[in-house]
Amino acid sequence: MKGETLTRADLCEAVHLEVGLTRQDGAALVERTLDLVAEALEQGQTVKLSGFGVFQVRAKRERIGRNPKTGEPATINPRRVIGFRASQVIKARIDKALGG
Amino acid sequence: MIKSELIAKLATENPHLTQKDVERVVGVIFDQMIEALEGGGRVELRGFGAFSVRSRPARGGRNPRTGDAVSVKAKHVPFFKSGKELRERLNADE
Repeated sequence: MKGETLTRADLCEAVHLEVGLTRQDGAALVERTLDLVAEALEQGQTVKLSGFGVFQVRAKRERIGRNPKTGEPATINPRRVIGFRASQVIKARIDKALGG
Repeated sequence: MIKSELIAKLATENPHLTQKDVERVVGVIFDQMIEALEGGGRVELRGFGAFSVRSRPARGGRNPRTGDAVSVKAKHVPFFKSGKELRERLNADE
């Protein structure tokens, strides 16, 4: 079961068709929606979208890794990563649709 | 930030649109993503990240309260990988 890949263009088209905004307004809103989520995460905020899931920023400590090509040890700087937890609703929908 | 705050901000920035329309836009965006994943597909948003579905094999588990062995069925779970640009924005101070 290989489905299609959804892109920005598909989102813009869906917003245009389903909400009836102009393509230009639709595209601007799709872009701004993603950007507002990104901005909030950048500020370290947690983003909770009910019925979809929660994006959370987690801090990773510095650790010693290895250059996989040369095998040499290298320090990996402390950094921030994004974790996503899907809501129960979408977990259930996806698991049901794809047959468990 | 929660969904209603996101909608409020978009509505303020777009005074030519009704609050109702903005709500519907946000609803359509996230619904489309869920539907793509339900169809066995992926969602790729350059700069932001990608959602995909990963399959988890069946495994033996335990009821944490009683310690009884139970079998956990194979399942599909949604997965998000942040995009390069977003990762860089998050770690811009380095």
